[in-house]
Amino acid sequence: MSHDEEVRDARFAGRFDGDRIFKGITLGFALTVILILLLMAAGMAVEALPAMKRFGWKFVSGSDWDAVQGSFGALPYIWGSIVSSALAIIAATPLSVGTAIFITELAPRKLGGAIASLVELLAAIPSVIYGLWGVVVMAPWLQKTVEPFLIEHFGFLPLFRGPPYGVGMLAAIFIIMIMIIPIITSITKEVLLAVPQSQKEAAVALGATKWEMIRMAVLPYGRSGILGAVILGLGRAIGETMAVTMVIGNTPQISLSLLDPAYTMPSVIANEFAEATSKLHSSALMEIGLILLALTLIINITARVLIWSVTSKQSAGGRR
Amino acid sequence: MTTKIKIENLNVFFGETHAVKNVSLDIPQNRVTAIIGPSGCGKSTILRSINRMHDMIPAARVTGRIVIDTTDIYDRTSNPVLIRRRVGMVFQKPNPFPAMSIYDNVVAGYKLGGRLNRGDADEIVESSLKRVALWDEVKDRLKSNAMDLSGGQQQRLCIARTIAIKPDVILMDEPASALDPLSTLKIEELIEELKDKYTIVIVTHNMQQAARVSDDTAFFYLGELIESGGTRKIFTNPEKKQTEDYITGRFG
Repeated sequence: MSHDEEVRDARFAGRFDGDRIFKGITLGFALTVILILLLMAAGMAVEALPAMKRFGWKFVSGSDWDAVQGSFGALPYIWGSIVSSALAIIAATPLSVGTAIFITELAPRKLGGAIASLVELLAAIPSVIYGLWGVVVMAPWLQKTVEPFLIEHFGFLPLFRGPPYGVGMLAAIFIIMIMIIPIITSITKEVLLAVPQSQKEAAVALGATKWEMIRMAVLPYGRSGILGAVILGLGRAIGETMAVTMVIGNTPQISLSLLDPAYTMPSVIANEFAEATSKLHSSALMEIGLILLALTLIINITARVLIWSVTSKQSAGGRR
Repeated sequence: MTTKIKIENLNVFFGETHAVKNVSLDIPQNRVTAIIGPSGCGKSTILRSINRMHDMIPAARVTGRIVIDTTDIYDRTSNPVLIRRRVGMVFQKPNPFPAMSIYDNVVAGYKLGGRLNRGDADEIVESSLKRVALWDEVKDRLKSNAMDLSGGQQQRLCIARTIAIKPDVILMDEPASALDPLSTLKIEELIEELKDKYTIVIVTHNMQQAARVSDDTAFFYLGELIESGGTRKIFTNPEKKQTEDYITGRFG
């Protein structure tokens, strides 16, 4: 090997080291993120252990929550979280999917773009502002207008029994609905944009109207992605803390009436962690946190898989 | 020879681009007319103006007239949805609906015409699939997914889906270019069989295919119609130098 070659090789060797080091560092960063998640789950599990040992399954089936007596049953919180999120999703889905269809298929390009940006802007509003608006503007409106109407006309249903408090399950459902519309809309929009032009043309060439084209080619092609968007919205709904805490009334009870105050898992953690002086109380809050963490992880993974199944289909030539 | 489609002074613009320039062409009934020309000559654009597919593209603008039988399809009173029921279209890449079974794909367009009962649907599925020689291959698995079929089968399914709506005209945009030679042959045989009932307009970049399947040929270059006439004449004794150069492979 000539001298020149040796010099060149030595210089190159240095460059390769740089690549290795760079790769190592970024890998380290990536692993840190995963490590944080694992440490968090493990730490919470350790902290939650006393409550798990003490109450077992009764923790999720019991509905008595008394810090003074040291008795903790989380069912009202689980109930509150699931009911508020589920109903909010049911209300938000048609609104969001409809908006996404309008943006992608029906609106003139500029109008669609403007609406899409505005909807995404909604997602950027801090949740405490939604909560504030909910308490100051929406709850009184519910109390004076909406709830009296519901009681008068639908009071025979157990859903609308009791006095109009304003704050309560209904207020929480409304707030969550407004807060998850942006995420469902923008993801559904992406999914609809991923529907190949050839699919739309196939429908149009068969003499489909715009609506028939959407029903025949666009929605079926994107259905699993739309489902993913909805589930992602559910994940956001179930974890939403601040705004819900401000409007739900924070009463741990299981009531069929949407007018009654309720409580959710994130809300009870936020409200009680500072005053949880006994070991058992903080352990019980940790266990709620653990349940919430598991629930949101499952929801989010499911959603990602569903969305991925649509958006990756494009490159595969429409095969499913 | 009756004229089925009369194209008069057709111009198509995409924004500033003038894609089709002042084209006039008569397309005879129950024959196969091939539209040939080098890439970018506006072949597909002309084809897609015959069933108003350009309506889907906001930037597209069409002037001139296209008369099918007695209907001026670009007249203010013409409804594109109804025109497309009379003018079916088969695309370059097979595009069955992936969320539907073979059966549902065939009746997908037909169902748009209104509710149909089970017996009628079965009959349409069978006759349409027989017409495209796919029935024997799929009759035992009509409920299975359309994407399980091979590319050639998918394309024949798309043709079945098109004839199920009972059009008079079928437009084919390079229908075999994404298929293997054997599937291509089947599609070509099918075109030959379909022309007794339908007027077929086919765009192809494959000159042998045009020579094999068509009765008439129109040659386009840079958005202009250079020459049209009987396929045999165009391929053996073209009048224009450009046509001859293209046919003999000197450019394109």
